[in-house]
Amino acid sequence: MSTTPKLAALIAALVLGVAAGAADAKDKVKVGFIGPLTGGVSVNGLGGRNSADLAVRLRNADPKSKYEYEMVVLDDECKPNVAVQVATKMAADKDIIAGATHYCSVTAIATVDTYHKFNFPVIVWGAVLPDITYRNKYDEVHRVNGTMINQNDANAELISKLGYKTIAVIHDTTDYGKGHNEYFSKALAKIGKANIVGTFGVTADQQDFTAELTKIKALNPDVIYFGGLTPIGVRIRSQMDKLGLKAAFDGTSGIVSDAYIQGLGPLAEGTLAFREGAPAEKLPGGKFFMEKYNAQKYDNPPEAYGPFAYAAMDMILDTIEKVGPDRKKVIADLANVKDRDSIVGKITFDDHGQNTVPVITKYVVQDGKFVEWDDSEYASGKRKLPGQK
Amino acid sequence: MDAGLLAQYVMNGLMLGMMYALVAVGFTLFFGVLDVIKFSHGDVLTVGAFAALATYVGLHMLGLNSNWLALVVMLVAATLAMAFLGMAIARYLVLPLRSAPALNTLLITLMLGTVLRESVRLFYPQGANPKPFPALLPRASIDLGEFNLRLDNVLMLTAGVLVIVGLQYLLNRTKLGLAIRAVAQDEETARTMGINFTAIVLVTFALGSGLAAFAGVMNGLYYNEINFGIGLYLGVVGFSAAIIGGLGSIYGAILGGFLFAALQTIGTVMLPFASAYKDVFAFAVVIAIMAWRPTGLIREKISERV
Repeated sequence: MSTTPKLAALIAALVLGVAAGAADAKDKVKVGFIGPLTGGVSVNGLGGRNSADLAVRLRNADPKSKYEYEMVVLDDECKPNVAVQVATKMAADKDIIAGATHYCSVTAIATVDTYHKFNFPVIVWGAVLPDITYRNKYDEVHRVNGTMINQNDANAELISKLGYKTIAVIHDTTDYGKGHNEYFSKALAKIGKANIVGTFGVTADQQDFTAELTKIKALNPDVIYFGGLTPIGVRIRSQMDKLGLKAAFDGTSGIVSDAYIQGLGPLAEGTLAFREGAPAEKLPGGKFFMEKYNAQKYDNPPEAYGPFAYAAMDMILDTIEKVGPDRKKVIADLANVKDRDSIVGKITFDDHGQNTVPVITKYVVQDGKFVEWDDSEYASGKRKLPGQK
Repeated sequence: MDAGLLAQYVMNGLMLGMMYALVAVGFTLFFGVLDVIKFSHGDVLTVGAFAALATYVGLHMLGLNSNWLALVVMLVAATLAMAFLGMAIARYLVLPLRSAPALNTLLITLMLGTVLRESVRLFYPQGANPKPFPALLPRASIDLGEFNLRLDNVLMLTAGVLVIVGLQYLLNRTKLGLAIRAVAQDEETARTMGINFTAIVLVTFALGSGLAAFAGVMNGLYYNEINFGIGLYLGVVGFSAAIIGGLGSIYGAILGGFLFAALQTIGTVMLPFASAYKDVFAFAVVIAIMAWRPTGLIREKISERV
């Protein structure tokens, strides 16, 4: 057998080569990120992307990490049809082990089946629709941020406590806006102190709201509740002023972004909003996060959900470090997340992969900033919201 | 219904209708002289609004504090800039495709619209965010029951009417207008009469695009907010308005614009279902009108356009 020595030499060379390569550089592992990088809510997507990117960079800079990570970034444009395409693209690429995905609820809910089909583990970093984790029981889908049920409970409670009696609801007609309408209406009815006098579904890219607002003006509500995202939130608040509507403006986590205040200027004053988790500076790892984030000199701020994107990506990297770059093992490990430390506090996934975050932060815009309600001059009585008793 | 409330709805509808009409007139002008549909028209409006905003920011940095002067400078700058943009589009994209099928022009301008829109988003500082537009008109208002009559709305409506009347005068009473109408009627004959065809086409595109800039500034002043996507929707509505009015007829475009605004307002106020369906309602009526009168409400006189 004259070929045997040659073959043996070849195998030896291969083994040596691989061993030498491992000594020089770590194995490359790909992870994914999906968010809205273009379109009306792209600031939130870019903030999330930067935050996830930060997690990857810090990990790569850590000499103790076993792998070198590369983050594949895709844009869902906050549109369900685009989201399904990019989710399929990412999940079908076997080199990508896991992903931190979606800010928009409409895209997150549209893609859960795709992730399930491809056995692609994801951690949702920003979308708040309960159905994303609760409609199915998919082992692949997890979420580090809370759902809109919690924030609407807190919202209804505050509105009732402030003595408001009549509320008009405007919501966009996506799953996201409809969800807000549903959970807010339920929460308000449970408390039973205030009534909804009118509900208006609007399209998510509508420009003119004068007809709806004129109709609302005739109903003369104390509060206008808005379930939707920043771009139309800005339009509605600004057109309320045009029509001389003096009601208080009560938003959701969808408008907690710097873009809302920039878009409105002084008109943003007194807007209420609610979000899961504590504000970045009050998070356990908030100071660390902001320092590292600022050191990277990204073009955009992390925005409200940046810390969650960081926490989601960090958890993915932790898991891969622990069990290796294997989707099945990552899914198995993510099924047992309990009291895991992260920059957003302890994370515990329930049997649906949902983090049970109890904290809801109430915000009010004061002097061009989202200020925590309890620290605000509105809570102390120094300033008053429109119609506040 | 309360009379004040009704007045408020009418006012809302008139403001919307004026903006739609100004966009629709542009579509009709372009179709008149060249028989082309220029789908980037709405996005030219967006660029116009952003050009005005950039001018305002520039003036503000120079320390200019007079609102009226700022408004005039903004309007002039935005209108001129868009007039040039319109001419450039006509010269380098539309005219070279004269002998190609009309579908090519439609496609190329549709794509140009996307380029303009995305450029605003990418290259204007923080262009993806909604931008506050300064309220430069006097903010005085009178409360008449449920009706909040605002001076700025009245001024904008008046300005819009004046612009449309001015355009009518230009088209029907001046030599330039005569030349435009001649080209619209019959290009060959117009050429033999010594009319510079290319120049007339360029002027018409400048005129229509300037109108779009005016509508863009008006949009900004009315909503006090602009974003990179405003033109897309206004373009679709303006185009539909021009079609139902009768493409090629100025009066038709104006009628179409106000009709569309009225339909949307009625869709929100009178119909029992969610106001999110107002566009479904308005466009459904447009389809019905198209089926009833395929050439639009105001029919062209024989081969006369504009």
